[in-house]
Amino acid sequence: MTYNERLENVAVLGAAGKMGSGILLLTAVHMADLSLQNKDKTYVLYAIDVSDKALTGLMEYLRVQVRKLAEKKTVWLREMYADRNDLIENFDIIDEYIMDVLKIVRPVTAVEAAYNSNIVFEAVNENRALKVKLFTQIKQHASKDVWFFTNTSSVPIHLIDEEALLGGKVIGFHFYNPPAVQRLVELIKTDNTQQEVVDFAYEYAKNLKKIVVPSNDFAGFIGNGHFMRDGLHGMSEAQKLATEKNIPLYQAIYMINKVTQEYLIRPMGIYQLMDYVGIDVMQFILNVMNPFVSDEELHSDLLDKMMEQGVKGGQFSSGAQKDGFLKYEKGKPIAVWDIDKKEYVAFDTFKADADAMLGAIPESATPWKATLKMKNKDEVFNKFYTDLKTTDILGAKIALRYGKRSKAIGEKLVVDNVAHNADDVNTVMLTGFFHAYGPINNYFD
Amino acid sequence: MTAGYNTISLGTGRKEFNPRKPRPDIEHYIKEAGQGVLRQIGGAKNVDESVIGNFIAGRFNKQGHLDGFIPMIDKGLSMKPAVRVEGACASGGLSLVTGIRQVLAETSEVVLSLGFEVQNTVKAIYGADILALAGWFKKRKKGHAYFFPGQFSDRAGAYYEKYGYERTRKGMARWYANAIENARLDPTAQEYHNANPDPYATALKMQPNGKFFVDHLTVLDCSKVSDAASGISICSEEGLKRIGIDKKDAVEVIGFGHAVRDITSDPTDLTELETIKFAAHQALENAGITIDQVGTVETHDCFSIAGILAVEALGLAAKGEGADYVAEGKTGRNGELPFNTTGGLIGWGHPTGGTGVHQAVTIWQQLTGKAGDAQINISDDRPYGLTINMGGDDVTVTSIVFKRGE
Repeated sequence: MTYNERLENVAVLGAAGKMGSGILLLTAVHMADLSLQNKDKTYVLYAIDVSDKALTGLMEYLRVQVRKLAEKKTVWLREMYADRNDLIENFDIIDEYIMDVLKIVRPVTAVEAAYNSNIVFEAVNENRALKVKLFTQIKQHASKDVWFFTNTSSVPIHLIDEEALLGGKVIGFHFYNPPAVQRLVELIKTDNTQQEVVDFAYEYAKNLKKIVVPSNDFAGFIGNGHFMRDGLHGMSEAQKLATEKNIPLYQAIYMINKVTQEYLIRPMGIYQLMDYVGIDVMQFILNVMNPFVSDEELHSDLLDKMMEQGVKGGQFSSGAQKDGFLKYEKGKPIAVWDIDKKEYVAFDTFKADADAMLGAIPESATPWKATLKMKNKDEVFNKFYTDLKTTDILGAKIALRYGKRSKAIGEKLVVDNVAHNADDVNTVMLTGFFHAYGPINNYFD
Repeated sequence: MTAGYNTISLGTGRKEFNPRKPRPDIEHYIKEAGQGVLRQIGGAKNVDESVIGNFIAGRFNKQGHLDGFIPMIDKGLSMKPAVRVEGACASGGLSLVTGIRQVLAETSEVVLSLGFEVQNTVKAIYGADILALAGWFKKRKKGHAYFFPGQFSDRAGAYYEKYGYERTRKGMARWYANAIENARLDPTAQEYHNANPDPYATALKMQPNGKFFVDHLTVLDCSKVSDAASGISICSEEGLKRIGIDKKDAVEVIGFGHAVRDITSDPTDLTELETIKFAAHQALENAGITIDQVGTVETHDCFSIAGILAVEALGLAAKGEGADYVAEGKTGRNGELPFNTTGGLIGWGHPTGGTGVHQAVTIWQQLTGKAGDAQINISDDRPYGLTINMGGDDVTVTSIVFKRGE
């Protein structure tokens, strides 16, 4: 079966979810583009989800997003529809293309729809038993030689393979959120993954213009392997800071969030990032990963407490941020959760004290956004972190400790053979997490 | 002509422009420009009739029947004649020559001439469809997604091939830099806030890329997508007395040209703007002057290449040497013959149906010393101003010669 033939019938499980909808969009557009170049073929993409309501929302999301993509490639689309004399203006062509993408997509709630598919993309909840159950069912009833692509960010792929009896026709294809925007894909093959599946995965990623970083098959892979440990460090730093300085934990959380954003020059602080991912998702992933590591404990009491109190973070279907460790107004954090009083405390009530405690950040600091187009980043970071080392403000001490820990986490991923090399770790953090520099660097030595 | 008025040219480049937020509507622009003129001429009671130029509000704004908006400007315009004229991007010029003809025909002493377009209602990719209606629709299917940039890209490509890429790009980059530098001197200009320290270098560095846009032009070679309106009053000597404005504060129309080329035929030579050449020479001849008596020109630089070709059409440079003429700075504000002194279509903005009127307002400002920071020196031996307004790909052209009243 050729690459194109394999893409003639595809299913996405969890298609209306946060990750699934992005995967569905990218795949639908790719299939539609193939259909324009192979007009005698019929392409079918099953969007499978448990919720009818969410599937209705998915179709609306697709309509809007496909228009945006079409507007960016109208020159090419005009060539593709050159033989259609009824389509003259860009208006006509873009509308036709939207219809051509949508008519490939079949939104359904029945998993049976996937029985005729050549490829099944899986983006359901991060629940190993559920993934295995669905794959087993489809594999048993499949009419074709079906391949499975799982978007899991933590479950070892070989376990899915063994438990669902997939015979090596499975690969980890881990998109970053949101898939339509983030260019990184972590590709995880097992010792058993068939080479033709791997070859297809690389070609598919290339056609989607993704940056592929291969990761070995260890729970959490590179991205979560780093992020989870980084987050745990952020939580233990806050707890330590609260005890040492005899300040409320919520104030320490605010301070660590500020340091990780402003001193480490990241797009958001670590607590905001944990809220973005979802406290529930994070706890879930830690639970998946923990049994597979022997030399450390991937667990946080603080996360457990947050979950007990029902504060979970994550996003609304509109993409807006739900409240978690922090409370948000128009996407910006304005208050922090007080785990003792079970209520949010506005930044304004303690910000001045907390900022004074951290000290004045050296003038050589650069906001993350300003570094995006910088050509002399390395020079700028060197200067700033050298300045940090020569000041004795509290913020600098926390930041330097954090940077060293982040590097140690990265290096351990290489030592433990999760990542092939330091560059892969850095690429994942640069492209998947939009860090301004990779964790394996010399700034903090 | 006298009592000119320009609204701000709103669109990308202006700090107050936010594509996601609601913006002023066509009613706002028509009113602002109309009232801006009426305030200077003693009110609507002095107006005999009005002409409003607009290209294609029917699609940008889903609004036709535009003469009906004239009495909205001021109740005093109610029950008076008004007409809407359209000749694509030359609609503003048509508004002017229609008014001039009415005055010459002595059917009116005071004509209110307006021109406007509100284009930011759709994204550029759809705006390109709408503006393509200035071409022949039967050629649309084979045209570029960005139809008009595609047309002038072909012209630029032909020019590169015939006369050399590097030297042409230098001329085009200088044209862009002049536009930006001039626009920075006019607070109503769309590029007024442009703070690029070296626009010439930016334009020279940017290479055309057909994969993302058109083959032979960059976005800096193109005029802006603009929302704006301009107005001016066209008066007989009687009319001028009626509104109580001194001749010194008015410009006299010495001559004008107006020509149309068959829209269904291709240009005979891609490196020549034959209609512009014809109409501009007609205007000069009609005025009884030659180009070396002209002190400033407002030409229709919808694309930088059109500016260069206009220089050649006017006979300022031989064919193939217009790019050098521009590159040498001769069209700059301190050059041999300053062009587009408030930025032109690339710098000030190009509200398609409003542009022709805006050009007349700029010439009126320059010749009567009302151009503020953008003021250039008009010497006694070259007291004339010239406008060239083009619709479509050199299809409809109006050209007017002005001189300060005395």
